[in-house]
Amino acid sequence: MYRYDEFDHTLVAERVAVFRRQVERRLTGDITEDQFKPLRLPNGLYLQLHAYMLRINVPYGCLSSRQLRKLAFIARRFDRGFGHFTTRQNIQFNWIRLDEAPDILAELADVEMNTMQSSGNCVRNITADQFAGRARDEIEDPRPWCELIRQWSILHPEFGYLPRKFKIAVTGAASDRAAVKFHDVGLYLRRNAEGVIGFEVIVGGGQGRTPYVGLTIREWLAKEDLFSYLEAILRIYNLGGRRDNPNKARIKIQVNALGIDEFRRLVEEEWAEIKASPLLNVDPAEVARITAYFAPPAWEDLPEETVALDRLRKAQPAFDAWYRANVVGHRTPGYAIVNLSLKSPGIAPGDLTAEQMDRVADLADRFSLGELRVSHRQNLVFTDVRQKELHELWTELARISLATANIGTLTDIVACPGLDFCSLANARAIPVAQDISRHFSDAATLQDIGELTINISGCMNACGHHHVGHIGILGVEKKGQEFYQLTLGGSSAEDAALGERLGRAISADEVPAAIEALVARYKSLRSGDERFLDTWRRVGIEPFQDAVYGEGVTPRREVA
Amino acid sequence: MALIRNGKLVDDIHIDARTLDPVPVDQPVIVSLLQWQAHRDTLLAGKQSLGIRLQSDQPPALLGADLRHFAVVALEFPKFRDGRAYTHARMLRERLGFRGELRAVGDVLQEQLNYMQRCGFDTFEISTADPLAAWQAIENDHTVWYQATGDGRPRALELRRQQAR
Repeated sequence: MYRYDEFDHTLVAERVAVFRRQVERRLTGDITEDQFKPLRLPNGLYLQLHAYMLRINVPYGCLSSRQLRKLAFIARRFDRGFGHFTTRQNIQFNWIRLDEAPDILAELADVEMNTMQSSGNCVRNITADQFAGRARDEIEDPRPWCELIRQWSILHPEFGYLPRKFKIAVTGAASDRAAVKFHDVGLYLRRNAEGVIGFEVIVGGGQGRTPYVGLTIREWLAKEDLFSYLEAILRIYNLGGRRDNPNKARIKIQVNALGIDEFRRLVEEEWAEIKASPLLNVDPAEVARITAYFAPPAWEDLPEETVALDRLRKAQPAFDAWYRANVVGHRTPGYAIVNLSLKSPGIAPGDLTAEQMDRVADLADRFSLGELRVSHRQNLVFTDVRQKELHELWTELARISLATANIGTLTDIVACPGLDFCSLANARAIPVAQDISRHFSDAATLQDIGELTINISGCMNACGHHHVGHIGILGVEKKGQEFYQLTLGGSSAEDAALGERLGRAISADEVPAAIEALVARYKSLRSGDERFLDTWRRVGIEPFQDAVYGEGVTPRREVA
Repeated sequence: MALIRNGKLVDDIHIDARTLDPVPVDQPVIVSLLQWQAHRDTLLAGKQSLGIRLQSDQPPALLGADLRHFAVVALEFPKFRDGRAYTHARMLRERLGFRGELRAVGDVLQEQLNYMQRCGFDTFEISTADPLAAWQAIENDHTVWYQATGDGRPRALELRRQQAR
């Protein structure tokens, strides 16, 4: 993974020093909370319901065991012993004291981490496929490009005060595991007709109150034009994005108001002006320098362990269930990619205790070359596990409750912090996720249901990405009570789609039964090994409406 | 109001003529775009030093060839979070070739001066008791930048290259 050199270190150290001075000014009352807000937000510090929350960047989801140990230390020393992984592949701590925040930033700088631009109206953490560099369906590792974009975007003096936040995702794989079409800018590494790898550029995707699937602004962009093209897009957005209403300020609103053709015309016109600028060249030597950090590790020459694994799987159904759900094929023979589920029953999705962090760091050293990844579905990934050690790793993971066999299944729930923590939320999200995961805790049942994603957001801002869940659950508040709106048919993958509202909102205690009813209806309708999403696409909304709202199906409560 | 220019406290020789009618033609003034459009020929005949103050929704390119008549272009930040003038400043410096005084006015926060300077501003109207102290507090905050702008500072990658040599 990327390592800081002295210049990266200096940049971060200077930033920490500036923040320390700003916090001192706030603590002495030299500046008010209102004046402090624009200073703390670009350093990832939010004021939430109960305390400050600090969001730490995990660049494109890549973590070393050393960094994870530092996060464990921070969880113990400065928080309440746990951290929360987010859909931006970041980690948040929810119980931070303001006077200690600069010390945390200094601790992070020691392990080459920072909180720069993890909040605020600027370019946020760049996200990527969590299997980058290891996936079988990848034409090129996106991480060097993520790092180049990260550096280009950090403290970019022109784009620090955009109309609203700006999110960029990159993937080099055929399967989209990075929700690329739901980003302000999404990049797919693609070959053109001549076989040269460049980028397909997507613009204007997003969720929130007004969700849009992103549109292709350019079918193919040469790599050397990456910065000039991004700068042209950001410039058109900075000048033309709405600033009168924060709810309409994302680039998706501008793109859809102008139409993609007119937006493209403006971008290309600006791009023509700056395309040849030496200020924006993608320096081949710098690309090579950064790419070298992501060179494939020295994998051992190992055989595929199919026979031995088959024997173990037959002998131990629990191992078999875990293997099927959580283990993914690796590009190199004898190796496997392993998902660590942060969704064991009863746990808030994405939460990890300090003790688990330390153990995961040890296991990463022992089983996966000392590195791990965070996925945008709030799980962890070991990318380089020897197949012959899978059973041993499974045993170790089970000891720390990280071997739940549910990746991609109905209990692999994505949820925002909701009303338990967030000052924007209308309803709780975590208890709903916990109810569902307790309700469907049997691995064989989950396996039979197959791929089915559930996403829960505690408000319209959609941080739990409910629009793109195969089943989406949106918390709403009516007359002081929490209710939940179901949407069906969303997808953040290459078959990107927005979910469709099923019907009226239901109460929290009705949610598990409603999910049960939807699953039962799917099972009765599916043909062969059809996924829930494909059944939905084939049969439409009515059978599912009937399953949830039909006569005598579930207890119903009228919503005023 | 006191100004910081190139790190020094200076007096503003131009008067803010935005609310004056008629616009004085015998002393240095800063006018609005509307005033300029209405009184262009009179102002030019006066031969005094001219400045123009543009709102954040008035792109400098609107001035066209008239840009050469101005010693000062003041770009307004109506709210600190309105970032359009950063782009306008770069356009003025890097595309339109403006070499005069580029002044940041309005809701200008101490913490934004570095970004503004990198985008081409050389003069700042800061509404604090001690503008010079505000400048001095932040001028050495950052010595490493990842991206190039028209201000000529080397990028981190140029620093890396120098070191490798």
